[in-house]
Amino acid sequence: MFNNYMEMKFLGISANESYARVCAGAFAAQLDPTMEEINDIKTAVSEAVTNCIVHAYPDGAGEICIRCELENGIFTVVISDRGRGIADIKQALIPFYSTADNDERSGMGFTVMQSFMDSVDVESTPGVGTCVTMRKSMQLK
Amino acid sequence: MKGNKPDGSTQSVRLSGEIDHHTADKIRDRLDKLIDKTAPKCLVLDFSAVTMMDSSGIGLVIGRYKRLKKIGAELYVQGTTESVDKIFQLAGLYQIVKRI
Repeated sequence: MFNNYMEMKFLGISANESYARVCAGAFAAQLDPTMEEINDIKTAVSEAVTNCIVHAYPDGAGEICIRCELENGIFTVVISDRGRGIADIKQALIPFYSTADNDERSGMGFTVMQSFMDSVDVESTPGVGTCVTMRKSMQLK
Repeated sequence: MKGNKPDGSTQSVRLSGEIDHHTADKIRDRLDKLIDKTAPKCLVLDFSAVTMMDSSGIGLVIGRYKRLKKIGAELYVQGTTESVDKIFQLAGLYQIVKRI
């Protein structure tokens, strides 16, 4: 039984990156987090959403889904897409590794997520889509 | 983003707001135009008004570092907040960019 949840879908365009992280941050605020915890969540969500936009739909914008859950002081966010998927998840998680054509993609997205959140799980099937689940425990006040 | 009057030696640019995939391209273009126009010996990026930065900012900084290095110039950063600093440390950016 979840204490609370929200779910939303939006078009995978860069203009919605800020919107996505603000929504996730606002939802997590119910746990009365510190500013640092909120910034961590917003940054991690920004990374996951950007990955969808840059990598999932190379031929045009597609749909991204965010689901947030709050349960016993733990914030969980699941960011999923129905894009091209990741062929090699282990390789994708390597710091500075990127398949993006743009030379200025740092390839640090997953590293940031892993650093800012307590756990990051990636599930992906090529041709079907990708699902990134992140959790952060916040001290109940 | 605001720049100082060009003097050909040091350019100081105050970045503001959020640096993410959506805003990084615009910031990059404006910084590159400034570098090309003024050919500074030194570029200082002031992050004190940056409210959020994700890994798009890492690419932005590394890209400017490389561009400046080609013309024999140096890159400095100042005013990094705790969250921006965290990203810099994670990426090892202080090994190539000096903080003042």
